[in-house]
Amino acid sequence: MNTATSAAPSASTRDLEAMRARIQSGIRRQKVFALAGILCTSFAVLVLLAAFLDLLFDGLPRLSWDFMTSFPSRNASQAGILSSWVGSALVMLVTMVSAVPIAIGAAIYLEEYASKNWFTDLIEINVTNLAGVPSIVYGLLALGLFVYQFGFGESILTAGLTLGLLILPVVIVSSREALRAVPIHIREAAYGVGATRWQMVSDHLLPYSRGGMLTGVILGMAEAIGQTAPLITIGALTFIAFLPPMPVTGEFPFLSMEWIWAEFTVLPIQMYNWVSRPNQAFQINAAAAGVVLLFMTLLMNGFAIYLRYQVRKKIKW
Amino acid sequence: MSAVPYPVPTPAAVDPTRLKHKYSRNLKERAIELVLLSCGLVAVFTTVAITFILVYESIGFFSFVSIWDFLTGTVWTPLFANPQYGILPLISGTLTITFIAMLVAVPMGTVIAIYLSEFAPHTLREVVKPVLELIAAVPTIVFGYFALLFVTPMLQATILPNLSGFNMLVPGLVIGVSIIPTIASLSEDAMRSVPMAMREGAYALGSNKMQTALLVVMPAAISGVVAAFVLAAAKAIGETMIVAIAAGQNANFSFNPMDAAATLTAYIAQVSQGDLEHGSVGYRSIFAAGLVLLVMTLALNLTGHFLRRRYRRAY
Repeated sequence: MNTATSAAPSASTRDLEAMRARIQSGIRRQKVFALAGILCTSFAVLVLLAAFLDLLFDGLPRLSWDFMTSFPSRNASQAGILSSWVGSALVMLVTMVSAVPIAIGAAIYLEEYASKNWFTDLIEINVTNLAGVPSIVYGLLALGLFVYQFGFGESILTAGLTLGLLILPVVIVSSREALRAVPIHIREAAYGVGATRWQMVSDHLLPYSRGGMLTGVILGMAEAIGQTAPLITIGALTFIAFLPPMPVTGEFPFLSMEWIWAEFTVLPIQMYNWVSRPNQAFQINAAAAGVVLLFMTLLMNGFAIYLRYQVRKKIKW
Repeated sequence: MSAVPYPVPTPAAVDPTRLKHKYSRNLKERAIELVLLSCGLVAVFTTVAITFILVYESIGFFSFVSIWDFLTGTVWTPLFANPQYGILPLISGTLTITFIAMLVAVPMGTVIAIYLSEFAPHTLREVVKPVLELIAAVPTIVFGYFALLFVTPMLQATILPNLSGFNMLVPGLVIGVSIIPTIASLSEDAMRSVPMAMREGAYALGSNKMQTALLVVMPAAISGVVAAFVLAAAKAIGETMIVAIAAGQNANFSFNPMDAAATLTAYIAQVSQGDLEHGSVGYRSIFAAGLVLLVMTLALNLTGHFLRRRYRRAY
């Protein structure tokens, strides 16, 4: 019997060999595919790295204390980003103050209060759709509504509110996720000892979901700080060589809100202004401004990612 | 219906201050709910305001320019002495650049998604996902700088010596890279939500990982994956800064990637840089362009969300 098969391989062994070969080629193809996956992933990461290094090589030598503390100028070597980073900071302040309470309020409403009906669906659909509206359309909204209808002009207030609307969906979605992560028995326990809905929300849900919400807020702010298009539309692309009025004054009442009406520029707009000039010295300035901008964005995102990791690790219900 | 067999407790005298407290507490609860509701309504009002402003200003625009000329004209020169308002050059620019971007992002994003969801070890995935998130978070103005002053010169120096300084190819490629994370992470979500049992079934029949990924997981997740493509396309259409910096900003009815061109978004950005007189035709033209842009992205976004909802319901 044995000798017979070794002399002339039977049909079944040939099948077996063919099958083994097929399995082998399948495994080979699978390896090729995994390699393609690794290549694509590293390509995406390499492009990010190239963009980052290109900016760094061009811009880093230009970065100096003078660059941070000078106003923009006709002369590329004297120009700086003082007015733009101050503008960015103030616009971010308005954005945060206007968007965060509204976003968290909307998230609480949708998660904890809203009953399942067409009206809630309407709000939900709006939030999802707003997330997909191109940023420049928010600029058009701001131009028509804030600049002309409300008469806010091309001010820090207009810019802050525009970016506030822009990041609303981001912050709402992540705040809802943070609320949803709190298990139902926490709510039941609070109701069980006689808490009202708001007492339950403010004493339990908000403290427990604080980390997750903060992550969303930081991600939203990181998105806002890099936005250029909506602010170009409201007419912020101007030459600003002065600072807004100080928020703290020497005389009573020591606080002044004059600055929210001031004209402004922000980092990405200053960068756009410089990059679109043919003069290479200005493009180097653009790179230097870009380094500052990119550094801040990556810092905020990195912090948000770290925070989310910590929140997920720490929570054990 | 006779006498109650157990002693009925006589209701304690209700403390009037407690009643008052309860009343004010309920009032406060209602007030808070209203405040929270109005926060939610801000989203609705934003949508209404966007639609209203775009439609209102566009109606003003179309009283100067006929809709037919607007939609079929091939010359877009609103800032010339003798202005012409044919939107087609802006649409051709938008579509060409979006097409190039999708050509880059769809294959790469899908392969990355399949790799991360089906092949990559857990630790690698935990590292790659945040890095992809960082790519998505880079301000697009930085990518614009990269496109104009790095990618274009690099292509000119190597494989495309005839490439002009402004073109549609490079912004398309760079936008493509910038939307890879969108496709990768949304498709990965869709594939990961395919139940394990389906993979196990495939393995039990003798499939290898690749067969499982391509023939079982992918078809099951297809509506989510297509949704990712559609949402990414909407993002590419709405992208402004990369195009405004690297594509040249002159409206050009052409589908040739080597040509300079303007898109809907780039036009809006370009025109609003100058001092536009409020209410002029030029001012209104950016709202008309914005309306076309909104209609295009809205159609894509609605399709995308519809598809996403479908795969969520399936499992």
